[in-house]
Amino acid sequence: MSTEKDTRAPKAQQSHTIKKPETEGTIGGTISIEINEKKLTVPLGTTILDACKQNQIHVPTLCHHDDLCIAGVCRVCVVEVEGMRTLQASCAFPITAPIKVKTSTPEVRKARRHIIDLMLSEHYGECYSCIRNGNCELQSLAKEYGVDGYTFGHVDKPTYEIDNSSYSVIRDMSKCILCKRCVRTCIDLQEVGVLEAIDRGDKTHISTFLDKPLADVICINCGQCINRCPTAALRANDPSDEIWNAIDDPKKHVVIQTAPSPRAAIGEEFGLEAGNSMTYQLNTALKRIGFDAVFDTNFTADLTIMEEGTELLIRLKKALVDKDASVKLPQFTSCSPGWVKYLEHFYPEYIDNLSSAKSPQQMFGALIKTYYAEKIGVDPADVVSVAVMPCSAKKFECNRPEMTDSGFKDVDFGLTTREAAKMIKEAGIYLPEMPKTHFDSPFGDASGAGLIFGATGGVMEAAIRTVVELVLGVKVEDLFEQGNIIPVRGFEGIKYVELPLGDKVGPVPDILKSLVPNWDWLKGATLKVAVVHGTANAKKVMDDIKAGGKFSECHFIEFMACPGGCLGGGGQPIPTTLEIRQKRAKAIYDEDMSLDVRKSHENKHVLKIYEEFLKDGPCGHLSHKLLHTHYTKRGKYMA
Amino acid sequence: METTVISKATKRTGPVLFADYKRGDGIKKALQMGRDNVLLEVRESKLKGRGGAGFPTATKWMLTAAATCPEKFLVCNADEGEPGTFKDRVLLLEYPELVFDGMVIGGYTIGAKQGIVYLRGEYEYMLKSLEDYLEQMRKDNLLGKNILGVEGFDYDITIRLGAGAYICGEETALIESLEGHRGESRNRPPYPVNTGYNGRPTSVNNVETLASIPHIMMRGGEWFATMGTDKSTGSKLFSISGDCGKPGVYELRWGATIRDILKLVDAQDTKAVQVGGASGVCLPESQFDRQLSYEDTSTGGSIMIFNKNRNMLSILKNFMEFFVEESCGQCTPCRIGNVKLLEGVEMIEKNEFTFEYIRNLKELGKTMQIASKCGLGQSSPNSFISILENFKDEIFNTNRNGGSK
Ligand SMILES: Cc1cc2nc3c(=O)[nH]c(=O)nc-3n(C[C@H](O)[C@H](O)[C@H](O)COP(=O)(O)O)c2cc1C
Ligand code: SF4
Ligand code: SF4
Ligand code: SF4
Ligand code: SF4
Ligand code: FES
Repeated sequence: MSTEKDTRAPKAQQSHTIKKPETEGTIGGTISIEINEKKLTVPLGTTILDACKQNQIHVPTLCHHDDLCIAGVCRVCVVEVEGMRTLQASCAFPITAPIKVKTSTPEVRKARRHIIDLMLSEHYGECYSCIRNGNCELQSLAKEYGVDGYTFGHVDKPTYEIDNSSYSVIRDMSKCILCKRCVRTCIDLQEVGVLEAIDRGDKTHISTFLDKPLADVICINCGQCINRCPTAALRANDPSDEIWNAIDDPKKHVVIQTAPSPRAAIGEEFGLEAGNSMTYQLNTALKRIGFDAVFDTNFTADLTIMEEGTELLIRLKKALVDKDASVKLPQFTSCSPGWVKYLEHFYPEYIDNLSSAKSPQQMFGALIKTYYAEKIGVDPADVVSVAVMPCSAKKFECNRPEMTDSGFKDVDFGLTTREAAKMIKEAGIYLPEMPKTHFDSPFGDASGAGLIFGATGGVMEAAIRTVVELVLGVKVEDLFEQGNIIPVRGFEGIKYVELPLGDKVGPVPDILKSLVPNWDWLKGATLKVAVVHGTANAKKVMDDIKAGGKFSECHFIEFMACPGGCLGGGGQPIPTTLEIRQKRAKAIYDEDMSLDVRKSHENKHVLKIYEEFLKDGPCGHLSHKLLHTHYTKRGKYMA
Repeated sequence: METTVISKATKRTGPVLFADYKRGDGIKKALQMGRDNVLLEVRESKLKGRGGAGFPTATKWMLTAAATCPEKFLVCNADEGEPGTFKDRVLLLEYPELVFDGMVIGGYTIGAKQGIVYLRGEYEYMLKSLEDYLEQMRKDNLLGKNILGVEGFDYDITIRLGAGAYICGEETALIESLEGHRGESRNRPPYPVNTGYNGRPTSVNNVETLASIPHIMMRGGEWFATMGTDKSTGSKLFSISGDCGKPGVYELRWGATIRDILKLVDAQDTKAVQVGGASGVCLPESQFDRQLSYEDTSTGGSIMIFNKNRNMLSILKNFMEFFVEESCGQCTPCRIGNVKLLEGVEMIEKNEFTFEYIRNLKELGKTMQIASKCGLGQSSPNSFISILENFKDEIFNTNRNGGSK
């Protein structure tokens, strides 16, 4: 995924991929090699590991991760290359000569076993008391090599204190094997860089700036490091015990909202292939384990589109019609709390570009403890509101001090997909076997537009579906086949799209009449939008905006902190790869296609809430109080 | 670490480096010969790197010269971190003309515009005099633009202070350090000759390697190759320390035996000789007839002499403590392996070991030699394996009659 030129990772940890020769495809672009006496032809510069993988030859790995630049530090992947004095790390060896490789000589096997034994000797803990039991690369490796004892001893005391300062990520460095995947994730994939190896020799460990607690550094809580840690050294801050307590407390009315990405991925926790959507089975399971009501976060995703879309139209009108120079454009999406915190730290001067609309999770929180509590006649103080999210940053988000507009903590607990699966398993339920049930009223099932928020480009697609119809007065299907806005889909890191609106505009719908008299001012305009995922890509776009480049001309930009968007979030099942993320995306888009309502403004529950509760409409007085928020200029230096 | 300035009062003598040389002569000669002939001459000399690895210098320069890139670098590795080595210090202090002329010739040959000296942090005290020396060279047009009138040959040298870690002497970690990163060795391939400092082709050469070049220019590769052995040509500086009457830096032709050395430095009652520093091997008396050469016992220059009063186990413990601390901590075999080897030494010390476990550790040592990422981890078990093998009687004799510490 990462390329040499656009990475900040130390060179010692980079792949130095050999440049593809210009003659690629012709003779000279490939090279003939031998692996285990089998003759093969591979493109010049392929690593030995990739050559093995392509030819179904298994080589164990640990520090290697397909999403990350190459480290070559664990040495578990060593192989013999004929004529070389030492064994070579297959993950870090680009093939540029007709080499002969052996992947399983006595020396190789012994070396791998030694390396595993060494790692285990310093690895504190026992698998049965470990969160990664059954899903741990170190454990699997030990099993693969038949480890049945500690050849070089085993530490019996933790080496480091656990850092549980962060709402999102817990660091237990006594379980760290120094593969540096987290370091590479944080620097290379996310451009944050709060983790680095410090000290030398046996004192080497992964540290934050000045060894500060994670809560006191500029971590954006994205949890991408958790998803790529091969062991339990990094994990999310799990609130499930407190949630059980609430469920078991008869006085409490415990509700839960489920986001689309967990539903597309939670099956993986139960052994299913990636890409099996469990939306309706999950409803049943959550009810069975004791939640009083299950709601669809997509409902507030639809609401977000109404609020954020309206906000965009207001900004555009102010800029284009009122020539108000103080209006900030492009408007940035604000539903990814990792991205929001990234912006607050790295580009605080741009926080006014963020949409003031809260994320769907937080909007729901505010509605549950006001509108919903009132409707069912329960004291909001007795309502406990939980959110199943693909995201570790959502835990931080619900603990932001400003997220209390309902008069209470709007969302009490952010639960990751992994933690939700754990609770379900604990209750003795096998999720895939659950019957399907619908979401509970009064919010019901939401639209496909809210659903696709889970994939990168989804917010933009949902917004376009709505804005096009509300402004142009035509069916989005007339412009885009089946209403699928293909140009904003896909996993390209940065997508830029221009949408000429044409000369025909429609009538202003009732719900927006108080805001704009007509759409004439949008005639002939071209809407410029961009979609960005992964904060490393966000950095590129932000730097371009700072420099006055083409992205500064955009009207609306969707930013997601995590690669792939929420479906690749830091709370999702482990492991993660591009292929897995693509399968989750497919599940989400397929489900969207299967729904009758696929546009936020057609969600009848949304329209009803504007009739019944948020009576002054999108961006009106009450929605401003409950559904909008403000941000903090944090900067890079924290006290 | 020693930091005394050795005065040039006592004139040194030796076949190559400690022979007479006039500043600038080698550069003039090289510029007359032209790049290709310089390379041929160096190839003929069969000069190999003096920093420890023994890679043929002509090949390294040819590869760097052949890389198609407008910007290239020549780095003089003056990190001199191997315990017991202090010969580069002597060259820098007393023979800067050799080192710097060698750098100019090297830069000219590979097509670099910039030479960088990576100077061991502890050698900061010589920074001023070296800078003054470079300034003088600039005045004399041995550095700067169109050097000695050769149109288009622009070259200058800067000095950078090292980060104070042993690993920073390893050429790729050195480059990381020059770039401002943590000193960690890189994955190879690609090698620095293709992708080095700032991603540019870079030739990293030891101080002594470079210092040999001006003499090869003046007297020819053939002359150089007549000295030493077939595969180890020319002469070598040896930093000799430990239990002997006359420790110091000596220039000898390759091929001298350990016994020759002991005689030269007036060593009595010698029990063991550690050749190649902490990462080298330790030889017992029965092997004192072995030759110092790349093909027999190779060394970057460090020779430590231990007499009969020394305790081999404590010597080994010292070495292992050094590696536990100096490993960059990047790769598993070296970071944890050295800890295990040190623990093994401590177990023997306390007489709480089994032979089976020690055998396991020796096997682990062999894995470290072939599976570590860089030369540090690959060579750190050498002392462990050789001392436990060559001095097993002393070490495993329960009476521990190896003498006091
Ligand atoms: C741990 C380690 C430390 C090293 N330290 C030095 C050093 O201090 N000086 C040096 O010249 N080479 C050192 N080397 C060798 C260099 O990596 C490199 O081979 C050498 O600088 C190349 O120069 P040469 O070809 O002239 O010997 C070290 C190697 C290792 C593995
Ligand atoms: S991190 Fe893995 S190997 Fe370590 S205790 Fe947990 S499951 Fe076992
Ligand atoms: S959560 Fe994200 S920002 Fe924080 S340390 Fe992990 S990768 Fe870096
Ligand atoms: S915390 Fe996890 S990812 Fe980071 S170095 Fe340790 S084991 Fe690897
Ligand atoms: S062998 Fe030692 S010094 Fe070299 S990379 Fe590995 S840990 Fe670092
Ligand atoms: S997987 Fe290749 S060195 Fe770790």
